Formats: sequence, structure tokens, C-alpha cells
Amino acid sequence: MSTVSKSQLLEELAQAVPREILIDSEEALHPFECDGLSVYRQLPLLAALPENTRQVREILRCCRRLGVPVVTRGAGTGLSGGALPFAGGLLLVLTRLNRILELDAAARTVRVEPGVRNLAVSEAAAPHGLYYAPDPSSQIACSIGGNVAENSGGVHCLKYGLTVHNVLEVRLLTIDGEELVLGGPALDAPGYDLLALINGSEGMLGVITEVLLRLLPIPETAQVVLAGFARIEDAAEAVGGIIGAGIVPAGLEMMDRLSVEAVESFIAPGYPRDAEAVLLCELDGGQAEVEEQMQAVNEVLSAHGATSLRVSQSEAERLGLWAGRKNAFPAVGRIMPDYYCMDGTIPRRELPRVLREISVLSKQHGLRIANVFHAGDGNLHPLILYDANAPGELETAERVGAEILSLCVKAGGTVTGEHGVGMEKIDSMCEQFEDGELEQFHALKAAFDPDGLLNPGKAVPTLHRCAELGAMHVHGNRLPFPDLPRF
Amino acid sequence: MDREDVILEQVLEAVEARTPVAIHGGASKAFYAQPRSGEPLDLSGHAGIVEYDPGELVVTCRAGTPLAELRQALAEHGQHLPFEPPAFGEKATVGGTVACGFSGPRRPWAGSLRDYLLGVRIINGRGKALRFGGQVMKNVAGYDVSRLMAGSLGTLGAILETSFKVLPKPLRERTLRFEMEQREALGQLAKWSGKPLPLSASCWRDGQLFLRLSGAERETARAAESLGGEAVDEADAFWRELREHEDEFFSSGPLWRLSLPPTAEPIDLDTPCRVEWGGAQRWYVTKANPERIRAAAASAGGHATLFRGDIDDIPRFHPQAKGLQQLQERVREAFDPYGLFNRGLLAPKR
Repeated sequence: MSTVSKSQLLEELAQAVPREILIDSEEALHPFECDGLSVYRQLPLLAALPENTRQVREILRCCRRLGVPVVTRGAGTGLSGGALPFAGGLLLVLTRLNRILELDAAARTVRVEPGVRNLAVSEAAAPHGLYYAPDPSSQIACSIGGNVAENSGGVHCLKYGLTVHNVLEVRLLTIDGEELVLGGPALDAPGYDLLALINGSEGMLGVITEVLLRLLPIPETAQVVLAGFARIEDAAEAVGGIIGAGIVPAGLEMMDRLSVEAVESFIAPGYPRDAEAVLLCELDGGQAEVEEQMQAVNEVLSAHGATSLRVSQSEAERLGLWAGRKNAFPAVGRIMPDYYCMDGTIPRRELPRVLREISVLSKQHGLRIANVFHAGDGNLHPLILYDANAPGELETAERVGAEILSLCVKAGGTVTGEHGVGMEKIDSMCEQFEDGELEQFHALKAAFDPDGLLNPGKAVPTLHRCAELGAMHVHGNRLPFPDLPRF
Repeated sequence: MDREDVILEQVLEAVEARTPVAIHGGASKAFYAQPRSGEPLDLSGHAGIVEYDPGELVVTCRAGTPLAELRQALAEHGQHLPFEPPAFGEKATVGGTVACGFSGPRRPWAGSLRDYLLGVRIINGRGKALRFGGQVMKNVAGYDVSRLMAGSLGTLGAILETSFKVLPKPLRERTLRFEMEQREALGQLAKWSGKPLPLSASCWRDGQLFLRLSGAERETARAAESLGGEAVDEADAFWRELREHEDEFFSSGPLWRLSLPPTAEPIDLDTPCRVEWGGAQRWYVTKANPERIRAAAASAGGHATLFRGDIDDIPRFHPQAKGLQQLQERVREAFDPYGLFNRGLLAPKR
């Protein structure tokens, strides 16, 4: 990799693109030193904020020629350090590519640049009775390019799928600056499904410059029920009960007592404070269908020992009930200076057991853990509460986090459901995948980016790194994070 | 029966000797596989459902499992594969279905085969048995190799095992028939598809549009009433014949599949056609000049596959842009560096 100096890179780039889109002063680079996972910080050599695809191409060609690594960044809301800058590299910020290019209401598609915000898509589609289904919690701020790179989910993906299910075409620039069109407005393009591969590829394979999204008709109606439970296991089993009854809710979310207390103190959405866990189950569709299914859901909830049930009777009440869930993270953030958000997924049937083991870990390490998560698809978001100013607490929180991910892998799940591996979970990948699988990932990456210039050191660990970790793992039975270099 | 050891041994021998292998299951879709060379590698014996927990909405089975057996097992619990894959014969296996990546009438509304593929176990061209994805619905650890296997025609590796997301079967289905010409049908479909209606299939043919609704009893009744048209009784057979190409139309000559933006204008190739998927999939049996067919599809924003039948020197699949074609070859080499699996099947070098 390169040993190009800042001034050299600046000089070369300024010949290819306008000087104004390049940021080199340390002061101006500071806002870009981290993404949503702020425990990792790094200044890049330079940042570039291109205004069109042509400039992106010029920048890539220049970096490729000089052997300079490129990290692509959108809104910077990612939670895994995927957009963490590379010390000797360029940070390619795509927020200025923010135009909605074409909305075709008859075909129910919209063509956007990568910097368009997720929510802006649904807002543009609303006058046509359409919307964009994936709704990550950061949807006010996060951008479509990042959504594709991370294959973002959201509270409605149980019924409407992830980003990969709602993208028809991606235009991608390779590190050579060559444009590839993957997929298109016609379904099931010939050849390998590289469109599927790009979703969730974490900026490792190319730079997304344009996306064609699928829009859906806005459902006629939606209704949510809030159920309280005296035992967290009952709530977990009720989740399986609802799915087992042949119902696919639009959203099925769970919060434990600590999270409920936090949101009640924050915005008081009217959740039952005496409950050990609450479930939010949303149904949407035609009026008749929602009515039929709501009745069935209420029966399942009662049969699983729900201690309280509250069904929204108006749109205002529905949004009010959701406000608790949607404010859960900031609410938890108020009761402790810092929290560390995990993102493992497990088979639903393992929910009761894994939640029990998480509470054991919490007690062992003396850190409180709030559980707020997408119960319907088994995607856990344990929030580990800590104080970064208390010596050793961050390290303990990271260790507990790694142990939770380890639990998820052992339960037949995955270390990341929707936040991505990025920098954060690179070591946990060693637990989930064998050497041959990691080798296959590296070979695939090399097919796109032979010199490994795109987002180096992220998403897939080197075999060497895993071997070192494995050896230490056996001795200490703990992941000694602070002792390892991050690369 | 678990035959992974035997299959792995056979692949390792092939890798060692650099012998090409031609993978097959039930050979029900042999018509789709262009002539290929190599020692046969039979995956049909590696069969059986490995895990199925209806409450998880996930099923895992070995590649050789007959598609019919999987369907039956799901149906016993009121569930199904929402992408409604065609089998094209009683011997169709799950592995072959994934390798071909076919989806049926429900595809534009419910999603495609790859949309429901959660995990795979494969043997790659280095003779390594690898697992990607898993049995959970949300999983972004590592590149999504599982979905890459859908439609790869076995050219990236031998697919040993697959996990699918499954869903409850709709409680009720109704089919409506309308008398209308193709252009009007396409316009109506676009209009209806933009409304929150429980659509689940469409087929226009010979001046008639068939529309299927799926959902709760009252919901489908209400939608049927608002849409009008004439109710079709025992329509399951109609949709099955369409999906399985049992309708004589499909075997009456070279069959072309045009995948188009649903709103594309009607394309006239001087022969009758079947328009599915809300206008996004159109079938033609025609001896028209293949160049003309491909040009028509491309100018409408889509592509054309020679689905059944062979025409000299005409590749089955729509040619891709050069850069994309080269990348596809590099992807293939990343999995199968010696080009042993189903050589020449997907992206013939010329």
C-alpha cells in the first residue's frame, strides 16, 4: 500500500477535480474522524466531497494509480465503524450526491444518488401513495448508499425484507473507475447475482453511485398492540406463538424492564412499568385483514400470559406507542454516560435461553444491559451500559459484547444482523467462519479490488489475525482486545 | 441421506486431476443447461430435510431433496416457499432449483428465490466444503455468498445444502378473469399494482387477463368486489399449468423469456405470448430473428433468455456489457479457479 504524502495526494487530486471539494486541514477533517461508532477515531490523509459521478471516477482513478486506500462514507450513521477512515488513505464522502433522479410512479421505482436520505425517498413517494419499505432507526439521517453497503434492516423487515429485497439496480464504480450496472428495472438479470452481493458488502467491492429502489403501495391501515409480560421468557415464547399462528406482523419488537423504565422516564409513552418485558406487534394491510389478525394476535398474547394489552385505536395512539420503542436508545443513553449496542441474530426459539445468559453476563461483569430488539426476526440489540471515564469499563463492555456475540454464534446465529462487521466485529468473524470461508471471502474481494484499496482492514479478518486470536482464546478463554493492534 | 463425504471425495479427485465435472440432480431442467463437458457429479442422493421448525419460518435441506417432498413437508404445517418455484418435472431437486434460480407467478409481489435464500453449504472449486449465511433472517456477516448461488447454475460450486425462509400459506386465494387486450391489461396492472391490493399473480393471454388475490377471506372478497371481473373456479390448476409450463403453448417451439420493466409497451414478435408478473415477464414462442428479439428486449430496458430449445450459435443468455462479463469471470475464478464445475454453462468464453 502507498506511502503517498498528504501534499502529494492533494496535488495529484487537485489536477483531476476542483480544489474546493478536497479537505486537507486537520480542523476540517475532524468531523469525519468517526462514524456512529465513536469509540474508534482516525483522521484520514484527505477527504473528498465530490459533487457528481465524474468526480468520483477521477478520484478513484487517481487513488488507484497512486495506490492510496479509499474509504467511502455516506451520512456516517453506521454503528460498526465501517466508515472509519484509514490513516494513510482518502475518505470519499458522498453526501453531496443527493439528488432524486427519477420517480416512476407507474413502475413503482425511484432512481436516486447514494447520498439521498432514506426518509427522503418515502417523502418523495408519498404523494403517489407509495413508500420505501426499509426503515432503519436512523432513517432521518442515514443515506441510501450506506443502506445498500450495510444491507440495512429496520423494524419492518420481518414482513418487507431488508435493503437487498428492495433494490433493483446499483451503479457501481470499481476501484479502476469503471462503471458497472448491476441488476436493472427488469427482474433477475442474467449472470451471477452481483446485485445481491453488493448489498451488505460494506464498501469493500466498489463505490455505489446510483441506486434504483422498489417502492410499495402504502398499506391501507396499520394497528399496533402493546403487551406486558411478567416474565421475559413468556414474551419470548409469545413471539414464536404469533409466528407459529401463521401471522407475519409488519413489526414485532421487544423491550425489557430496564429499557421500559428508561423510556418511561424519558418520554412516558405509557408502557407498563411493572412488566418484565413488553412486546409491540404491528399489523398492516387491508382493514378487514388487520382486524382478523389483531384478534388472533391478542388471543396468542393472552394465552402466553400477557398481563396487559393495549391496542391502538387511532393513528396518533399507534405513533405514540411506537415512540417508546423508537426513543429507546436515546432513553437508555440518559441513564448512563455511554452504551455499547450489540447486533447479534439468533433463531427465535433460542431467545429465552440467550436472554437468560445475557443477564448472567451482566451480573458477572457488573454492567447493566438493556435489551431492545427486533424479536420477530431474532435480531438482538443488547445495550451494554458503561462509563467511558471509569477506568477499564469500556474494555469490560467490549469483552461482554464479544461474549454476547459468541453466545449468538453458538446458538446458531450470527454476529451481526444489520449493523455490519466494519471495524468493530472483525474479531468475532473468526468465531463464525472457518479459514476456508474467510479465504473465499478474500478471493471474492480480490475479483473486484485486486490491490485491496477499498476499505482496507474491515469486514473480513485476515487468517493471520484469526490464528493469533484463536491461540490467545484457548489460553485465556477471553478475548484480550486491548492487547491487539486494530488493523 | 448424507452423502457429503462421497461427494467431497469425488470433487477432490476431480480437482487433483483437473477433470471437469457436470453437476446434476434430477435433470428436470436439463433443457436449460447448455451442452457441457465433464464427469457427471450426481447430487440427487444427498437428500433429506435436515431441519424444519415451523415456528422459525426456516427450513434446511440437502440439495438432492425432491422439491415435491419439501413442498409437502411445508404444506403439512400450512407453510410454503413464497416464490412458488416451478419444478418442471417430478424429479426436480431443491439444489437444481437454487442453481437455476427460477421463481414462479408470485415473484413480483412475494419476491424471488434468492430473496428467500438464507444460507448454503457448498463445495468450491478448491475442493473445500464451506458454509455461508445461516438459518436466521438477518445476517450481514461476510459477503452474501448464499444469494450469489441462486441462478449460478452450479458454476461456482456444488450446492450441498440450502436454508430458506418460508412463510404461512395464504388463507384464501381467488382468481378473477377480465376480457381485455394486452395494452389495456398492462395499464390496468400498473394501476392496480400501485394500490394496496392483495395481488399475488397475473397472466395475460389471448385477450384475457387473469389476476390472483391472496390473503384473508374478507380481504380478498372485498378486493375482488372492487376490481370487478369474473370469478374463476378451481384456478389452482390454471396457475400450476402456467408455472410448470404444462400449457401447450410453452412447448410449441423455441421459447423466449423476456424480462422487462413491467410498464414496457407490448412487444410484437408476430406470435402469441403470455404476459406474467404484472408485465415484468413475457413469454414468446417464436422463430423470429434472435438478434431482433434481444434488441427489442434491450431497447425496452430488459433482456431475453432463450429458455427452451436451441438455436445454433445463439447463446442462451442475454449478452452482458464487457466489463461486467469480465468481472463475472473473475468471480467464477474466485470460487472455481480451474473452471471445473459445469464448464461453459453460464458465461461461455468466446
